[in-house]
Amino acid sequence: MTSAIRNAALSRRAEIEARYPRMIRPSPRRHMLGAGLVLLMAGVAIFGLDRVGFSFAKLLDGLDRLGLVIGLMIPPSPGPMLMTYLGGLAETIAIAFLGTLIAAVLGFPISLLAAKNVIANRIVHFLARRSLDTLRGVETLIWALIFINVVGLGPFAGILAIALSDTGSFGKLFSEAIEASDRRPVEGVRSAGGSALHSIWFGILPQVFPVLASQVLYYFESNTRSATIIGIVGAGGIGLYLANEIQQAEWPRVAFLILMILVTVAAIDFISSKLRFAIIGKSRLAR
Amino acid sequence: MLAASRIVISLPERRRESLEQAYRSAAAAKRRRTLLIGAGLVVGIVASGYAGEVNIERFVTGLPRFTSYISDIIPILRWPTLGADLSEWFWGWRKWLGLLLDTLLIAYLGTLFGALGAFALSFLASANLVRSRWLRISVRRYLELCRTVPEIVYALIFVFAFGLGPLPGVIAIAIHTMGALGKLFAEVVENIDMKPVEGATACGASWLEAVRYAVLPQVLPGFASYALLRFEINVRGASVLGFVGAGGIGKELMASIRQFYYGDVSAILLIVIATVIVIDMLTETLRHRLIGSMEKP
Repeated sequence: MTSAIRNAALSRRAEIEARYPRMIRPSPRRHMLGAGLVLLMAGVAIFGLDRVGFSFAKLLDGLDRLGLVIGLMIPPSPGPMLMTYLGGLAETIAIAFLGTLIAAVLGFPISLLAAKNVIANRIVHFLARRSLDTLRGVETLIWALIFINVVGLGPFAGILAIALSDTGSFGKLFSEAIEASDRRPVEGVRSAGGSALHSIWFGILPQVFPVLASQVLYYFESNTRSATIIGIVGAGGIGLYLANEIQQAEWPRVAFLILMILVTVAAIDFISSKLRFAIIGKSRLAR
Repeated sequence: MLAASRIVISLPERRRESLEQAYRSAAAAKRRRTLLIGAGLVVGIVASGYAGEVNIERFVTGLPRFTSYISDIIPILRWPTLGADLSEWFWGWRKWLGLLLDTLLIAYLGTLFGALGAFALSFLASANLVRSRWLRISVRRYLELCRTVPEIVYALIFVFAFGLGPLPGVIAIAIHTMGALGKLFAEVVENIDMKPVEGATACGASWLEAVRYAVLPQVLPGFASYALLRFEINVRGASVLGFVGAGGIGKELMASIRQFYYGDVSAILLIVIATVIVIDMLTETLRHRLIGSMEKP
């Protein structure tokens, strides 16, 4: 059967070749372009490997030590530190929760300034967008280092770091959601004599609220991940213990901490995706 | 409108009462739900405030320090001596640009090797190409493990195993990227048109040949677009890997923040932000072109 189809196809080869010349024999230019791109990428890779000091001896040596480390991680065990770790985990979740909440509260008014359909002034719009970009462009860990200088070591610096960098993200996302909203309710509120604030409160907010809430939940989820590592620079949470135990080569504890983080992140993912589904599902029904 | 309101007014008393009753109970249920969510939020805030050692007093005393910090890191530039001021501000630009190149190369190599790994594994994780449930699910779980552990945690462990320097950073980013891209690639593969695959198989192509000639041409633009997006993310990620000793400009940035070298902080931050913006713009143009070429057959 297969060979019959194959023979039938092959017998018409000349005709097919004449009909689809570009499929059978791609132009040499395309070939050269593809080959050139691959060569360029390989060249940069070789240059890069040389610059980062790569050698197979080093790689094998490191893999050897890594194997040893992974062997030492089994079985994972917290030692006498379980309560401390649980405290760190609570701190991590607290950092993510408060950071996300503050960011949402700060981001909303800025997003109104950055939305074209709320503030028609181009200069305000430009300034709001650029300042949000700057907040977002600096990594959370860098904000954390800066806030440690301001409020000292501890989880409070982590909360402020997450709050500030996510204010940028929320401002951008919220303003996009607001710009995509329907204009007619706003016009309705205005024509019935509502003020600008009324039109935001009764015209825009009910439309965008489910989207906003689901974005906030999504960020809470991803901030739980960020908050686990923010402790590495000293801004509170479980990352501090993780960095310490790695430096002291307490591998069973490291493995236990990583497992704790994985379980927590999975649990928060699960809860937040359920909540998000509930919020979005309801808004779809309402429409 | 007028007619409608007259109908409402002329509803029989009993009917109106039951309607009002229903409205009141619906409004009360909504109010109860709002209160419940509000109470949950307040409990969460108080508990988190306690666990997170939130201290309003410390924040209020710290806030002026934050604004003065921001004004401290902004260098003094005077118009008559602009050239000299600028060269004083960016005194270390040779070293910083070298470290920036390291950061970019870490991101590039990590993305490249991660994407190659994801490329190989994504076909094995796709339900439409692999019959064996067992193989597919184990590949998916493996990719999940790779992307759930944050790359900086990998970097911490690899710095221990491979020594300080950019190499552990490259490996950390490669592993995380493999997990993240593997999932996205597999989704691309699962969304392909299966007719070319059937055609190739009917002509006697082996599994590998079918993937090469029937699947690859369909998925390549999507793969490239996701890999570019990931490169963008990895440049940001690589800029902080230096915090744990895994190479790049992060080490210099951390040192300048910790030691209060104000001018350096703003200079390095400016270099990093500018780089990130330029990379964002470049990859965005490239991705738009790729997506355009995907829509044109």
